[in-house]
Amino acid sequence: MALPGARARGWAAAAKIAQRRRHAEGARGSSSRAPPSSRAALYVHWPYCEKRCSYCNFNKYIPRGVEEAAMRSCLVTEAQTLLRLSGVRRVESVFFGGGTPSLASPSTVAAVLEAVDQAAHLPADSEVTLEANPTSAPRARLAAFGAAGVNRLSIGLQSLDDTELQLLGRTHSARDALQTLAEARRLFPGRVSVDLMLGLPAQQVGPWLGQLRTLLGCCDDHLSLYQLTLERGTALFTQVQWGTLPAPDPELAAEMYQEGRAMLREAGFRQYEVSNFARNGALSTHNWTYWQCGQYLGIGPGAHGRFVPQGAGGHTREARIQTLEPDNWMKEVMLFGHGTRRRIPLGQLELLEEVLAMGLRTDVGITHQHWQQFEPQLSLWDVFRSSREVKAQLAQGLLLLDHRGLRCSWEGLAVLDSLLLTLLPRLQEAWQQRTPSPVQGG
Amino acid sequence: MWTPVSRGRWHGRALTVWATAAAHRGLLEPRRTPSRGAAAKSRTLDRLYSSADRKEKIDMSRFSVENTRNFSIIAHVDHGKSTLADRLLELTGTIDKTKNNKQVLDKLQVERERGITVKAQTASLFYNCDGKQYLLNLIDTPGHVDFSYEVSRSLSACQGVLLVVDANEGIQAQTVANFFLAFEAQLSVIPVINKIDLKNADPARVEKQIEKVFDIPSDECIKISAKLGTNIERVLQAVIERIPPPKVHRKNPLKALVFDSTFDQYRGVIANVALFDGVVSKGDKIISAYTKKTYEVNEVGVLNPNEQPTHKLYAGQVGYLIAGMKDVTEAQIGDTLYLHKQPVEPLPGFKSAKPMVFAGMYPIDQSEYNNLKSAVEKLTINDSSVTVHRDSSLALGAGWRLGFLGLLHMEVFNQRLEQEYNASVILTTPTVPYKAVLSSAKLIKEYREKEITIINPAQFPDKSKVTEYLEPVILGTIITPDEYTGKVMMLCQARRAVQKNMMYIDQNRVMLKYLFPLNEIVVDFYDSLKSLSSGYASFDYEDAGYQTAELVKMDILLNGNHVEELVTIVHKDKAHSVGKAICERLKDSLPRQLFEIAIQAAIGSKIIARETVKAYRKNVLAKCYGGDITRKMKLLKRQAEGKKKLRKIGNIEVPKDAFIKVLRTQPDK
Repeated sequence: MALPGARARGWAAAAKIAQRRRHAEGARGSSSRAPPSSRAALYVHWPYCEKRCSYCNFNKYIPRGVEEAAMRSCLVTEAQTLLRLSGVRRVESVFFGGGTPSLASPSTVAAVLEAVDQAAHLPADSEVTLEANPTSAPRARLAAFGAAGVNRLSIGLQSLDDTELQLLGRTHSARDALQTLAEARRLFPGRVSVDLMLGLPAQQVGPWLGQLRTLLGCCDDHLSLYQLTLERGTALFTQVQWGTLPAPDPELAAEMYQEGRAMLREAGFRQYEVSNFARNGALSTHNWTYWQCGQYLGIGPGAHGRFVPQGAGGHTREARIQTLEPDNWMKEVMLFGHGTRRRIPLGQLELLEEVLAMGLRTDVGITHQHWQQFEPQLSLWDVFRSSREVKAQLAQGLLLLDHRGLRCSWEGLAVLDSLLLTLLPRLQEAWQQRTPSPVQGG
Repeated sequence: MWTPVSRGRWHGRALTVWATAAAHRGLLEPRRTPSRGAAAKSRTLDRLYSSADRKEKIDMSRFSVENTRNFSIIAHVDHGKSTLADRLLELTGTIDKTKNNKQVLDKLQVERERGITVKAQTASLFYNCDGKQYLLNLIDTPGHVDFSYEVSRSLSACQGVLLVVDANEGIQAQTVANFFLAFEAQLSVIPVINKIDLKNADPARVEKQIEKVFDIPSDECIKISAKLGTNIERVLQAVIERIPPPKVHRKNPLKALVFDSTFDQYRGVIANVALFDGVVSKGDKIISAYTKKTYEVNEVGVLNPNEQPTHKLYAGQVGYLIAGMKDVTEAQIGDTLYLHKQPVEPLPGFKSAKPMVFAGMYPIDQSEYNNLKSAVEKLTINDSSVTVHRDSSLALGAGWRLGFLGLLHMEVFNQRLEQEYNASVILTTPTVPYKAVLSSAKLIKEYREKEITIINPAQFPDKSKVTEYLEPVILGTIITPDEYTGKVMMLCQARRAVQKNMMYIDQNRVMLKYLFPLNEIVVDFYDSLKSLSSGYASFDYEDAGYQTAELVKMDILLNGNHVEELVTIVHKDKAHSVGKAICERLKDSLPRQLFEIAIQAAIGSKIIARETVKAYRKNVLAKCYGGDITRKMKLLKRQAEGKKKLRKIGNIEVPKDAFIKVLRTQPDK
């Protein structure tokens, strides 16, 4: 395994120092920055896994052997190409997701980070997260990732019950998970997140809360609670369909969620998003960018991005999707410098819809200033104040609209998708009334 | 109904066969008869020119009244009525003896599938016996009680009936009902015990049943196997010997009974007629006693079983006539036709079709409305007994309220829509026509009558303005093996029925008579009866007028808001169970919302049933990161689009599906 190159080591070392400094400063603001169009987050997709998990429908592959050198070179090439196309000057966070990116070599991670820093600026204190699977991440390997520039770990712990882990098709045990967590905390103090799933088939509220309690005793400052979504095409979906597994009970899942978030609040965690909890300001700035509708580039097979291709003379934000299959993607990157399969221009209304749907997932919701950055003419008040249905949601205490902006209440956050079915059509209506020619925005 | 093409096909084939057979018997002067090949080729051509243009016309004056017999076959479902008819047609050379002769007279697909005859078919049989040429007119009757009016009109053209009983199953409910129709019409009844070839056949037992229930000596029964053709000649002999010729007069002015009519898209209405007096021929000016409209006869003829034109039809004969009627409502069953300027006393017993079961019919998708409309029009052009009123429901859109003679009639209509017109429809739970005797002078003035019929629950007058409410009742006959008697009686009691009679028709079969409120049997009574008796009990009914009933109007409320389309008229004793069932069905089909929904059934201000749909506690996608946004937005927009189509009751969104689940006829459980 090749060690990170000298330049990369340089970036990683600088990052180490910066990390300590940043930690002391706490969460950063985003106002004193370069214009939004010259900034972006970067998502890197590592498409390979050792084994298929029974619930996962992500774009992943179980290879016999990975040509890692080729993969690395393609990731580097695509990062360079897209950064150039976007005209982005500053990358504020990097997220290695997958798949199982902890199966990649630390040198690959280092190479990508180095390329990003070269092509644009990757500030030393940028958040660089790696998703790690408990079994594929022994201590030495975690340390190597740290040396490569990773400064935040997200551990796919999922459950502390071995039977449940088996049901999910995970390769690790509860013990493995706790051990990995402990090691990760030693290496990345204050920068470790764990995922815990809820609403599994046959799962009961009491025992699950027990798992959460155990986890609170040993976790770091960030936690994600994910309700299981049965996705078509997964083994779990099929089993439930055939009746070999009981369907998850939505009532119980709702109860776990409510009890869980209450317990976390007690423990001093801030629920800053539907499924994400942090204390001591340890929010994931990368994910925050998604919810704030900031620009992001996606590289790797099947990765999604959203940015204005300014470097190519564009003025409209595009939703971009890279080619799904790793082999085809690699061929395209080698031929064209990138593997973008689809480019969908986003109209102004569509962008506002995303601002609304994503922003309301967060605890701060959509502030008036935030909304104004995207739509200076039509205020949140203009859009929502007069709607009878919105008023009913406000009166019911599910939604709040005040001098700060529009946001969900504690209860409203749990039923956001229902609220959006009223809010989105209202936004469309207001937009059409405002715009003389409704052709625009398509 | 048959499509024009298939109708034409039969027409061509049967005509040829008849011509061949007739020529053999010397009924016609020798003429060039088309070969079978030519006939096959002419199938489609056949439609192009009217059969009236053909030269081969039968001279019906050859058949004297004394040598004419008019009869029907009546039987319980599946006892072999149509198979016997096929054999009679074969034996008299009316149709060829081939393996394809399966229920020739049952023209509808549903008739063949279900072994029932819905539409009466008729055939004239020419039969040579003891050197005499007989004209035997087989007037096939609809095989179900829903069509008892049609049956009674067909029977009024007959002097006798063949009462077919299955040698294995014995007398069934419909056998009894049919027998009494014939008995009341004072017809000669020839009992025919069919299926004696079956392994479990017990004709001796059936003879005894016939003796006991109908008071017919057992030696009068003819034992046959229609399937194998055993003893069919004896049946024809009996028709000649035991059924009297019609009592009619050729010299009198024309008096013809319309006992059926069909619609042909090329020739208009084809009316099936029985001549009680006089003669009719092409060119005659005739008048309908009911509509008083005048028509000129274009064509007359006999049915073989397809139309075969003749020069004339004479008193006592049965056939068809075409006289430029554009619509089957112009040739109503039971109407009398007479000659212009020679009016006669109309035949007794005529009444307009009276629907007894109503149901709403809606296209599943409103874009299908026009297609469905044309399908309904095409079907009703041949069935004047279906009443059609445009209706619209806030939940189900534009549709119709259809009136049917009975449940089977409704089912047949629906099946024909689906099978012949490929139309899928929402058919709402059937209701019956209730009545109210008004006490409020204001209302009487408004309705211009004291007794009103309530078809739509929205018109249900308040109790304070009414002396009494009435509901239609029927007299039901059930025949069952006695081991099921207890269960059958419990079922009848649960349906508010009152026992009128009970007798053993043999050692282990019981005949029960009950007076039922019609609405208690319109939904699933027949299926319940069949399932509790392992299929052995049979059921039939006849109209028994109206009786006083404690009816109430039941409202369905969602969080206190009335749901107009779910208002139901129900008997007081059934209000709780019906209300509960509706609430439960709504609970299962209403999606959760952001608040709790109370579903209530209420009579006036009194709540009689309640269910609750809990509020959503969690409805938010767990993971929403960079790669999920596109998919999530698409899903949300699709859902928001769907939400726009929901009907709002108060602030509750009700999908069309929920209404359909509550309103539509429930499938068998």
